[in-house]
Amino acid sequence: MKKNSILTRHNTTGWLFASPGFGLMLLFIVIPFILAIAFSLTNQRLMSPNAAEFVGLENYTNMLDVGILVVDPEIDASGNILVDKNGDNKYPRLRKFTRNNPDYPNVQGMKEWFSFSWGVQKIAIMASDLVFMKALVNTLTFVAFVAPIQGALALILALLINQPLRGIQIFRSIYFMPVVVSIVVVSLLWRFIYDGQNGLLNSVLNTLTFGHFKAVDWLGNQDTALGSIMAMSIWQAVGFHMIIWLSGLQTISPTLYEAAKIEGASPWQTFRYVTWPGLRNTAVLVVIVITMQAFSLFAQIDVMTSGGPLDSTQTIVYQAVERGYGKQDISGGSAMSVVLFLLVLSISLLQRYLTREKN
Amino acid sequence: MFRLDKDNPTLRLIVRYMVLTLIALIFVTPILFMMMSSLKPDQQLLADTSSIRAFLPIGDISFDNYKAAFERAPIGMFMLNSLLVTGVTVVLGLLVCSMAGFSFVFLNWRGKSIAFSIILATLIVPFETIAIPMLLMVSKLPWLGLDGFSWGWLNSYRVQIIPFIADGLTIFLFAQYFKDLPKELIEASRIEGCSWWQVYWRVVMPLSGPIIATAAILKFLAMYNQYLWPIMVTQQEQYRPVLVGLQYFFQLNTAWGEVMAYLTIITVPVLAFYLALQRAFIASIASTGVKG
Amino acid sequence: MKITKNLALTLLSAGALGSAFVSTCAFAKTDLSLWYHGAGNKVEAKVINQIVNDFNRSQSDWNVVLESFPQGSYNDSVVAAALANNLPDILDVDGPVMPNWAWAGYLRPLLIDKNKIADFLPGVKGYWDGKLYSIGLWDSAVAMVTRRSTLNEVGARIPTIDSPWTEEEFNGVLKKLKATGKYDYPLDLGMAESGEWFPYAFSPFLQSFGGDLIDRSTYKTAEGTLNGPEAIAFGEWWQSLFVNGYAPGNSQDPADHETGLLEGKYAMQWYGNWAALKTLNKFGDDALFLPAPDFGHGPKIGAASWQFGVSAASKHPQGASDFIEFALQDKYLAAFSDSLGVIPPTQSAATLTTNYRQGGALSVFYVLSKAQALVRPVTPGYIVEAKVFEKALADIADGADVADTLDSAADEINADIEKNRGYSR
Repeated sequence: MKKNSILTRHNTTGWLFASPGFGLMLLFIVIPFILAIAFSLTNQRLMSPNAAEFVGLENYTNMLDVGILVVDPEIDASGNILVDKNGDNKYPRLRKFTRNNPDYPNVQGMKEWFSFSWGVQKIAIMASDLVFMKALVNTLTFVAFVAPIQGALALILALLINQPLRGIQIFRSIYFMPVVVSIVVVSLLWRFIYDGQNGLLNSVLNTLTFGHFKAVDWLGNQDTALGSIMAMSIWQAVGFHMIIWLSGLQTISPTLYEAAKIEGASPWQTFRYVTWPGLRNTAVLVVIVITMQAFSLFAQIDVMTSGGPLDSTQTIVYQAVERGYGKQDISGGSAMSVVLFLLVLSISLLQRYLTREKN
Repeated sequence: MFRLDKDNPTLRLIVRYMVLTLIALIFVTPILFMMMSSLKPDQQLLADTSSIRAFLPIGDISFDNYKAAFERAPIGMFMLNSLLVTGVTVVLGLLVCSMAGFSFVFLNWRGKSIAFSIILATLIVPFETIAIPMLLMVSKLPWLGLDGFSWGWLNSYRVQIIPFIADGLTIFLFAQYFKDLPKELIEASRIEGCSWWQVYWRVVMPLSGPIIATAAILKFLAMYNQYLWPIMVTQQEQYRPVLVGLQYFFQLNTAWGEVMAYLTIITVPVLAFYLALQRAFIASIASTGVKG
Repeated sequence: MKITKNLALTLLSAGALGSAFVSTCAFAKTDLSLWYHGAGNKVEAKVINQIVNDFNRSQSDWNVVLESFPQGSYNDSVVAAALANNLPDILDVDGPVMPNWAWAGYLRPLLIDKNKIADFLPGVKGYWDGKLYSIGLWDSAVAMVTRRSTLNEVGARIPTIDSPWTEEEFNGVLKKLKATGKYDYPLDLGMAESGEWFPYAFSPFLQSFGGDLIDRSTYKTAEGTLNGPEAIAFGEWWQSLFVNGYAPGNSQDPADHETGLLEGKYAMQWYGNWAALKTLNKFGDDALFLPAPDFGHGPKIGAASWQFGVSAASKHPQGASDFIEFALQDKYLAAFSDSLGVIPPTQSAATLTTNYRQGGALSVFYVLSKAQALVRPVTPGYIVEAKVFEKALADIADGADVADTLDSAADEINADIEKNRGYSR
């Protein structure tokens, strides 16, 4: 908000104009969110005859605690290290250490997140809420892939659609069409497309490769489930961002293109030195909007995978709902929401800081 | 590819249209699948999913699924509810949010930047995460209606409308747009003696057609696709919107043909709304993007 | 409700005008709201409407008003309404969920004479904390559905209630069926169904192995029952079904689940009585509904379906209970059974039905229900136990380490119990 010459102070008018909108947002977004923060500091249950108690940061530590466990390999009577059938060192089961074992108080009840070898020892990183950790990683992965890919594809589509061709509006409308279909509806439809036995995608790929393609259970396979949901999400939303890019493109003065043409610039050079610099502000908008949408990934998961297989599609919002509502742990679910909020807030502050410096 | 075609404009044109059409296929096929499936009996529908037949209106084609769908659920009522709730929210939302945007851009007042930061921050609060606190709150809010004073907002249209009138994204979009309007115009109107309300209503809003269309579509989509909230607040069938109605179709043995028919029925109004607004809409985003 | 009440008040104050008004008081009934999960199901709506109309006509005090909800979001709607203090007088509740709602203070014990329900199947009686909170108008049962010819072909013994398959026998049958190469999978467990189906259909396997969702002697811990050696044996067996390709996993196509057995894609199906008529119509005498295998601790199947209860918020618990008692008449129990295929809860109602009377096509389910049924853990913690169990089974089917997964599940259940102060009152 820049200062402006006509802007002497108008406290009353300013408030009058802003207050209906701002007041409603305070009442229906800010106050509920403050309530959620308050819940996250108690042991409030969704339904319970017990009164809630203040528990400080317990919900947060339960969720975020990690520990390290160093495990020695198993040895036989003569001190040789046992190996399994793959020739790797054999380690004892971690449940020996994490369950009812007072010698390892820092990892009680924790689960193995991931581990690596260090000499003969195995170093295991333990998490007290493993599902949340996976949800966190999946959400970040989703954002890290979807934000740039969707942004780039949208830009390519916008460039395609920005050509002066007859009937281009028809294509523009078609590319935009998925945006107007509810994400719940889209997710239901794509379950048929991704079906492992007689899904559309498998049969299309099978036809294209003349029967060489081996059917993949897209949503039922750990390696493909999250990717499949990413692809569908991009398909659904890319049209919206295409339009935003298109708007940016249309503000670039045609004289710049003419100048480039006279100079004999290649298409790539034209894009690099004329188009792209003109799109910087649009890029910021696109990236911010995509990032925020991607962080709140929920409906697709709820309809398509419920977080499976093996937690490969758990996300923070899905976990927050499952925990807070499904398992009636509203304080735990609220804590997740707060962590998500802080995460996105710091990322957007970072984004703003980075883009500000460049200008 | 581009270099090869350089000398042959016709070939180049054909290639361009082919590329555009191939991409269009990717976007349109799932929706086509939905519409075609809605015309087929269940068994054929499921058998067809593994071939090109999924996109074609062939085989045993009829409107039986639509008939059955209308018998299963009061679809007309759900549609009316959705359109009513969505329509009122969009209209009031545009008014309230554009006023706020106006205030943030053209007026200078104490606390403005804090208020604007708060509004931006609300953009990153997913609705799912505040649904329960909000439910607890609206169930205790007072209301003064035609039938007198009462407590609690459940089972009403207002509980589906009022909380969603103002939203950060719409305010943000309006503010971005207003920033690009020529300030001289505002100044001139003030000098001529217009009140701020007149400046807003007579000068700024008439210039804002495109952004109004954009915000209207985005808000329409968000409202029409409400699901979690209506489940929580509408215990009476008479207030339920379309996506809650979708649940009527998932029974022990799901009739997929009816589901597809219902999905088609609820998708068509949105498509129509979009097509009606699209000219203004595309022009509008064109101007929002400028500032970024 | 408000209108009728005002009307009643007006009439009372106008009482001085003369006794001519007294007779008009007859239609000044008090409304009782009733919530039911059957929206979108016409057949079900017909029966419940019939009961409501009959009840309203049968007496002059109460007027029951029905509100139907789609089943998929029914529990969410009720929980939200409970939080908002907006519950109806009468509501239906899924049997195993009842203790949670009762514990939270949303239900009150029924005012129904216990003798009236003495001969009901045990699964439909919703007792918790020594009190009757809910009662079902039907029960459901699960059987191993297959064809005589299918089993004869591989030379498998046809099990009976007195002599069910043992674990070894059952695995042998699956192996032989798999070896024929005729089926996509020998066994359809119904993995395409999510939610309550998992604990309802599969926790009886765990119980037959000797484990359970929770230690039922105290309802305070799952340690040892859900992750002890018996439970791990169950988990290993469960995983083997998928590793060996005996059963389709989590990503089973819902359409295959609906038609796979009928089309011969699957040789056997672990499924409920509500789908049995379809099978009978298709296979006739060849159809078999077999008892659950015995994995060492007796054959078990789940019990308890939807039941009716009275909300604690109701100002008219007597009227609400009266309605439920009215609905318990044999003719209504039979009507539900005939239209939905569900199991009538009394012998006398069973004789009125087409399928469950002596020698009826589905009477075997009544017998199964009586002989093998075990209710899911009767505790407010069940909601979380069910969710945790469902996820554990899905993960194990996807190849997760059995012991670790069950450990996590037991930990989560125990943490929940602790957070709820033992779910004691």
